[in-house]
Amino acid sequence: MMERLTGAERQIALMICVVMAIVGLVMAAAGRGDPMGSHGAIVLIAAGIVTCFVLRAIGEPEPAEDRTTSYYDDPTKAGLVIALFWAVVGMGMGVWVAAQLAWPDLRFDAAWSSFGRIRPVHTSGVIFGFGGNALIATSYHVMQRTSRARLAGHVSPWFVLLGFNLFCIVAASGYLMGVTQSKEYAEPEWYADIWLVIVWVVYFVLYIRTLARRNEPHIYVANWYYLAFILVVAILHIVNNLAVPASLTGAKSYSAFAGVQDAMTQWWYGHNAVAFFLTAGFLGMLYYFLPKRAERPIYSYRLSILSFWGIVFFYIWAGSHHLHYTALPQWVQTLGMTFSVMLLVPSWASAGNALMTLNGAWHKVRDDATLRFMMVAAVFYGLSTFEGSFMAVRAVNSLSHYTDWTVGHVHAGAMGWVALITFGSIYSVVPLLWKRETMYSWKLVEWHFWLALAGTVIYVFAMWNSGIVQGLMWRTYTDSGTLAYSFTDTLVAMHPYYVARACGGALFLTGAILAAYNVYMTIRHAPEKRPERDYPTSSEATEPAVPAAE
Amino acid sequence: MDLTHDLTSVIAKSFGLFYLIALSVGITVYAYWPSLGKRFDKAANSILDDEDGPCR
Ligand code: HEM
Ligand code: HEM
Repeated sequence: MMERLTGAERQIALMICVVMAIVGLVMAAAGRGDPMGSHGAIVLIAAGIVTCFVLRAIGEPEPAEDRTTSYYDDPTKAGLVIALFWAVVGMGMGVWVAAQLAWPDLRFDAAWSSFGRIRPVHTSGVIFGFGGNALIATSYHVMQRTSRARLAGHVSPWFVLLGFNLFCIVAASGYLMGVTQSKEYAEPEWYADIWLVIVWVVYFVLYIRTLARRNEPHIYVANWYYLAFILVVAILHIVNNLAVPASLTGAKSYSAFAGVQDAMTQWWYGHNAVAFFLTAGFLGMLYYFLPKRAERPIYSYRLSILSFWGIVFFYIWAGSHHLHYTALPQWVQTLGMTFSVMLLVPSWASAGNALMTLNGAWHKVRDDATLRFMMVAAVFYGLSTFEGSFMAVRAVNSLSHYTDWTVGHVHAGAMGWVALITFGSIYSVVPLLWKRETMYSWKLVEWHFWLALAGTVIYVFAMWNSGIVQGLMWRTYTDSGTLAYSFTDTLVAMHPYYVARACGGALFLTGAILAAYNVYMTIRHAPEKRPERDYPTSSEATEPAVPAAE
Repeated sequence: MDLTHDLTSVIAKSFGLFYLIALSVGITVYAYWPSLGKRFDKAANSILDDEDGPCR
């Protein structure tokens, strides 16, 4: 793949690899005896692997292609394959975590396999590994198509993609070694955080520079969502991770915030991670791939603009609903609650917009599992945002908080919305990128759809039941005013639901494995399709320009 | 002047309220500005046929 870089670009890539290798070496030497040392070794190895790829290309002749005539899709392709890899790893971890909760012996008595360590491997693996790579890859695709401009640069897309994956690997391996700053979804320590800032700034600059080259007067709304995702995640990440390392040769650091300020900063981050990582970016996917697949323009473009700004400005204030009944001032809790309820409006506007787009094309939804993935994703988006706004009401939260109801809500959003829209987008973009007629097997797509839907429904219903049973048991008092149930009683009551959840998760995981297999076989074996037109045209002209060869 | 709890809550309840109202009015006006309708329609349709390669 590196053969398509020019000589100068290959040299820049090589220089970055060398710098990374030196950084890895310094970390390994300085952090000896600390997890930071192992991370140094990982950085060194990663730099070595990329160096091998670059060196193999360095002696090759310069690429002969005319770069003005095609989009640059190599990083997109790599990103999609990596996302599927993380899907299998992250969801596999999820099934293991679920199984441990049902059958605790499955820990096998090792330190690294304890619940507290593999749980963040699951959450980061699916959110950042699977979701993040899918977002980066599809954003490369969408920014080029909607701007009708090639990516602004050939090294930086690779830097962002591979750099982000280095972050994911450092994060996941760190958890297994016990490294954490104990902030949910922001567990990695200070050096990983600094690295992510660098990667993210390059990503932002790449996006802006590509948009600056655009050939369309108006920036299509999907780009706004992707940009909000990149920009706000950068702000959240920097503020929440402000910390002072205990020493420059070790992983441990101390947060710049304390007490309830620390909690509020964390959940301002945490909720907006949901908003801008798990929602805004994926809405970008929805607004591009759903109309594209349905071959119908979005139902109301104006509504999509309104809901964009609604989501951006309401979400920022909603984080305090994670801290109901805590030391946080009452009015801040009420503020978060109010904004969470208002959030329902732009959220349902987006979900409704998606479904109305399909109105009139239901026969396509029936026949095409790929489009069905996207439709069901929009339904689950509507469902989980309704549930979220409901749970944010303080009185409801007093029942749901700390229970499995929250976990059920999370996975209605994460599996039903995030994962399904991603799989739908992957199925619609893979044949296009690899220039195949269709996916290798549409039957497998169909199987995946039903496995994923069944898995999600089983998971979510199990957790709703478990959560409400648990919450009610916790608040049942006897006549003499003591608690009616011990904690162990609640665990016994939850056990069947935990078993059901593990089974539902296993179905979902099976679907993801089928997807990975199907994509692999599509790349390897599906019949090729010759593109009808593959030469430049301006969006003004409906007719293509005369190709150079004719 | 200290950034006290009282001060921040007063700012949130006054300035915060008005800037959000101004913002929502501004955005609604932008989204429904009649002469922009054509541009939005064109944008909505532009993605349906974009595989013919970039212009630059
Ligand atoms: C194969 C499917 C999956 C299974 C079996 C699974 C299982 C689990 C389990 C057992 C937990 C821990 C719950 C607890 O601590 O009580 C969990 C947490 C979590 N999972 Fe999953 N998961 C799956 C898919 C996903 C996906 C696709 C995503 C995101 C895109 C996701 C995001 C999360 C998040 C954010 C949490 C933390 C929830 C919280 O702290 O409340 N999961 N998952
Ligand atoms: C209108 C939109 C939404 C609102 C108002 C909302 C509200 C809430 C509330 C009240 C909680 C429980 C907090 C607690 O008791 O600790 C929660 C938890 C959570 N929600 Fe949502 N939610 C929304 C949409 C979503 C979506 C679409 C997703 C996923 C894609 C999602 C992912 C999560 C996660 C991961 C948590 C667990 C956080 C944790 O404790 O680790 N939410 N949400």
